[in-house]
Amino acid sequence: MLSVEALVVRYPQAREPALNGVTLRAERGALTAIVGPNGSGKSTLVRAMIGRVPVERGSIRVDGQDALTLSRRAFAKRVAVVTQRDEPAFPLLGREYIALGRYAHGGLFRTAQPDDPAVDAAAKRASVTEFLDRRTDQLSGGEWQRLRIARALAQGGEALVLDEPTTFLDIAHEMALFELLADLARGGLAVLLVSHQLNLVARFAGHVVLLHHGKVAAAGTPSAVMQGSILESVYEWPLVVTHDPAVGAPMLVPLRR
Amino acid sequence: MRRLWAAAVIVLVALFVVALAVGPVGIPLHDLWTSEIVRTVRLPRATLALLVGAALGMSGGALQGVLRNGLAEPYLLGVSGGAAVGAVVATMLGLNGPAVTPVAALIGALAAVILVLVIARVGGGRGADPRVLIMAGVVVGAFANAAIMVALASAPADTVRGAVWWMMGSVADARWSAITWLAGYLAVGGAALILWAPEIDALALGDEAAAAIGVDVDRASRRIFLAAATVAAATVAAAGLVGFVGLVVPHIARNGGARAHRAILGASALVGASLVLAADIVARTVRAPADLPLGAITALVGVPFFLSRLRRSV
Repeated sequence: MLSVEALVVRYPQAREPALNGVTLRAERGALTAIVGPNGSGKSTLVRAMIGRVPVERGSIRVDGQDALTLSRRAFAKRVAVVTQRDEPAFPLLGREYIALGRYAHGGLFRTAQPDDPAVDAAAKRASVTEFLDRRTDQLSGGEWQRLRIARALAQGGEALVLDEPTTFLDIAHEMALFELLADLARGGLAVLLVSHQLNLVARFAGHVVLLHHGKVAAAGTPSAVMQGSILESVYEWPLVVTHDPAVGAPMLVPLRR
Repeated sequence: MRRLWAAAVIVLVALFVVALAVGPVGIPLHDLWTSEIVRTVRLPRATLALLVGAALGMSGGALQGVLRNGLAEPYLLGVSGGAAVGAVVATMLGLNGPAVTPVAALIGALAAVILVLVIARVGGGRGADPRVLIMAGVVVGAFANAAIMVALASAPADTVRGAVWWMMGSVADARWSAITWLAGYLAVGGAALILWAPEIDALALGDEAAAAIGVDVDRASRRIFLAAATVAAATVAAAGLVGFVGLVVPHIARNGGARAHRAILGASALVGASLVLAADIVARTVRAPADLPLGAITALVGVPFFLSRLRRSV
């Protein structure tokens, strides 16, 4: 559904491209994960999708259509992106924040309203109905991340892209978020998740893409990518890959040097 | 919420009536519409004060949203400095007079704003980074102040006195021509800001989040910035520098419960108009028949208010 083909992105004045020929696909009904060390180009890929870094070559496609020719509004209606950070400069109510996700559906004079049924529907899907009338500055980290996902769902697209949504979350909130994303994928969305949590990715994702220095170092099922030799060379740290005793998914254990 | 809007309108109307009735010559309410003093002096003066306040309030409300900063205001972005340079340069070239000075101030203010945008673009890359914009505004403002001081250092005493008075802000010499101009700028610029308010809502989340929900960030922030600056520049051209209104008023609007920017802009227009009207009533009655500088009154009210806000938010 959402595909990236031979994408080359270079920041202004940078000698090396941040992304150098990356190709990947996120299919409907699946959770696809992008992993890789810091600086491997994961966030740059998300920024390229929302047009915040110039694409030098290659393409981003939505159902085969070149996304770079779409307006921001048209893209936002089809692909919802949850960036690494956003925070209202001045606090909003939960429902007002989710309503901002309807921006692309509004017109010149017709704007998204907090009582739009799409807002309640999105809140229900992300299980945030109890935060609808609370202020955004009164939510905990986990609650805020879920509210952001509700805002993205309100955009009404078929693909959801998230850049490290579980940063700063405790185990319970992190698990709940992964469960939510897996549910959304099962419900038919194409979910593309950037994450540092390799062990959770190995349990939840159907397809994993490992980035390294702006290139795809490995891609495939979690067990194909989660190989000790591959991860060790990419992360430049000694580690072993075992299987987690509870569910049998590949599990990475970093060693002490 | 609805009650607060009604209260804001009632306060504004009441202040307008007071502004017409009160002065060295008290005028009974039933004579308001027939009085010559009201028609020729107080009505234009009150109208100008109202428009200046509404314009500065809206400009500040829009800029604080786009720049994601409750300390942003039109004057911080070079509008005041640029306008002052324009006016002083015109005076030095011998081009003074009620028709020329406002135009020169407007040109100066817009030039400064464009300069700020260019500097921010060079310094901050493709996007207009709010922090870089604010720094660029401060730098351009400081440069403008220095230029004014150099220009005034060798100017005759009369020019200096006039320039200083103008820099302190005043609606005392309100003329219908200036009022019409300002009303025109406010109608167009204010309508544009109201129209673009949903984009301000989105931009207040940050550039990347705004882009993610479908806003063309660079274009949207540039045009909102320019509209807000133009509206503020027009007030400077009409009434000189009336500080702190653009800074303080959006905070009052948000305190009253306005969260979406369409509401913030509307409330800021109402509150700003009331604030400047009230300040002008004080300016011309406290030491009547002498006029105190309007900009000094708004600053005297604005600074303590702002400090109290700052204390509460820490």
